[in-house]
Amino acid sequence: MSNELKVTTMQQFMAEGREPEILFWVGSAGSYDDRAKKITKAFVRILNKANVDFAVLGSEESCTGDVAKRAGNEFLFQMQAMMNIEILNAYNIKRIVTCDPHSFNTIKNEYPSLGGQYDVLHHTQFIKELLDAKRLSLTEKTFKGKRITFHDPCYLGRANTIYDAPRDILKATDANILEMKRHKSTALCCGAGGAQMFKEPEKGDMDVNVLRTKDALETNPNIIATGCPYCNTMMTDGIKAHEREGEVQVMDVAEIIADSEAL
Amino acid sequence: MEYLPNILFAIILIAGIGYFAKNVKKLIRNIKLGQDVNVSDNKNQRWKNMAMIALGQSKMVKRPIAGFLHIVVYVGFVIINLEVLEIIIDGLFGTHRIGLKILSESVYGFLIGSFEILAVLVLVAVIVFWLRRNVIKLKRFLSSEMKGWPKSDGNIILYFEVVLMCLFLTMNATDTSFQALDSGNIISQFIAHWFNGFSEGTLHIIERAAWWLHIVGILIFLNYLYFSKHLHILLAFPNTYYGKLTPKGQFTNLESVTNEVKLMMDPNADPFAAPPEGAEAAVPAKFGASDVQDLNWVQLLNAYTCTECGRCTSSCPANLTGKKLSPRKIMMDTRDRLEEVGKNIDANGGEFKDDGKQLLGDYITNEELWACTTCNACVEACPVSIDPLSIILEMRRYLVMEQSAAPMELNNMMTNIENNGAPWPYNQMDRLNWVNE
Repeated sequence: MSNELKVTTMQQFMAEGREPEILFWVGSAGSYDDRAKKITKAFVRILNKANVDFAVLGSEESCTGDVAKRAGNEFLFQMQAMMNIEILNAYNIKRIVTCDPHSFNTIKNEYPSLGGQYDVLHHTQFIKELLDAKRLSLTEKTFKGKRITFHDPCYLGRANTIYDAPRDILKATDANILEMKRHKSTALCCGAGGAQMFKEPEKGDMDVNVLRTKDALETNPNIIATGCPYCNTMMTDGIKAHEREGEVQVMDVAEIIADSEAL
Repeated sequence: MEYLPNILFAIILIAGIGYFAKNVKKLIRNIKLGQDVNVSDNKNQRWKNMAMIALGQSKMVKRPIAGFLHIVVYVGFVIINLEVLEIIIDGLFGTHRIGLKILSESVYGFLIGSFEILAVLVLVAVIVFWLRRNVIKLKRFLSSEMKGWPKSDGNIILYFEVVLMCLFLTMNATDTSFQALDSGNIISQFIAHWFNGFSEGTLHIIERAAWWLHIVGILIFLNYLYFSKHLHILLAFPNTYYGKLTPKGQFTNLESVTNEVKLMMDPNADPFAAPPEGAEAAVPAKFGASDVQDLNWVQLLNAYTCTECGRCTSSCPANLTGKKLSPRKIMMDTRDRLEEVGKNIDANGGEFKDDGKQLLGDYITNEELWACTTCNACVEACPVSIDPLSIILEMRRYLVMEQSAAPMELNNMMTNIENNGAPWPYNQMDRLNWVNE
């Protein structure tokens, strides 16, 4: 962990007249949220380890507009989208990887008709690519035998039917992967989507994240794995609501891979 | 006088089908009240979806018990209705079991035998369905939107099926010449025993009564569809054909907004320029939807297709945690309001007169709309490709873009995005601070 992170902005690439292999779309949560920043760093450590020549936009990146769109503000969404597309196209970006399924979904599915066409990957898909191409190999496997259950983020799973990539890379750690009763296409939302992250829930008898964490705890896990910064926050809060924060950890798949190799 | 039954039959048949056709016309008119949407793409994929999801029931079996029972009723319904063909020909031409004259005795026997077995299976399935609704009391049949008419509707359909199946079996059991053939009476031979003491004449009367009631019952059932949730038996086919093909996470980009945003961001645009000829008409009356006419016609077709099974609601995270939102209610409200608008048009000579009501507020509340996490669980769960989420989103769009009526925290979040490109109030220049933290 002492290794310094090697992060290059697109501007620097441009100045050097080089093109990166991928653009790492950090996202607002990954840039500002204290918990999500750890996921960002874990993923960067993986990228550094695998010698991936990647770029970030840094201060030229802006909110994808996903949350505004889902809140109903199509104007704000399209303004954000077009600003981002202008920058991405100016840099001639072709391949984008992100740790946020919401950014992933929006850039992949909703940007094309506004003029932004890129090959977009969720970080779990990219890590799988690195493993498959043997650019990254897991040797330490400190998570061997650990009980891990994976919570499918809605915008990765149901929204884009990506269920295997996160599970495949978790399996590569030799951990014991457990499935919740509701998983893959029937997975329950963590409660953060559709702009819920930014507001109080409507009146009800329970918070969604508490119910979802209950699903996860029923598998009796050591670790609840997620692939989304918002799910991570919701599940972490859920663990606290169940007063199990001492025993069960919530980690992003990228963190599990990075920690597993003591990167 | 000998043609009296034939004439009577023809009149009943024409009246039954005619009234149904009239209501189908109304149904189509109501659906066309929706906005136009282009669904002429990917015909192959659309046919495939219809074959798999509607014809093949692929999503029904995701819940194996209900799925299996449903397939029994569905297959039974489709196949037993072949018998209706014979009934219609017999009724119109005064023949008796015309099938026996066209087909060989063994083929006819095989057909009727299969119908009889299916009829019993349907009876069993329908009884289990009734028990699920009324005795076991599955939670998804007890939600608040299922009180009153929707509950009765569900039961009436089951009673119809029981009566129709019993009439079919009775008709066969009391048909002495059919029983004498002893081919195809796999089930009805046992029922025939119950009528052992009856004279030939009485049996004939019972057989004729069952025959007439069977066909009249089918015609009543056909006409009941329009007033019932049971329309899905027809509409599931077009609905799965027109269902969403893009990834579930992909929401539509409003074209009208794109034009405005492009203009706004174009440095060469003249803000004072007069709009080009004809551009005025292209600007929509409003953004998003506050009433059924603002939705597109596929969404309205969705509403008529919904059979209120509640698989959506029983997988909705908001509903599961006690919030008011129920995707099924969104669909039921949309249909109820559409029906109301349709009746308004009928009553006012073909034109809608403002009734001071709309879908938003009078049927669906803001509280329901804001409880949605857009997780797509409802869309995934629907066995006939209904998309309640798209309606929720259209109504949120109306609330935000026409009424600025988002919850306060969301307004703050959106202001942050406008000011500093993130949902939180952090400086855009600090986006890369994590590298050195």
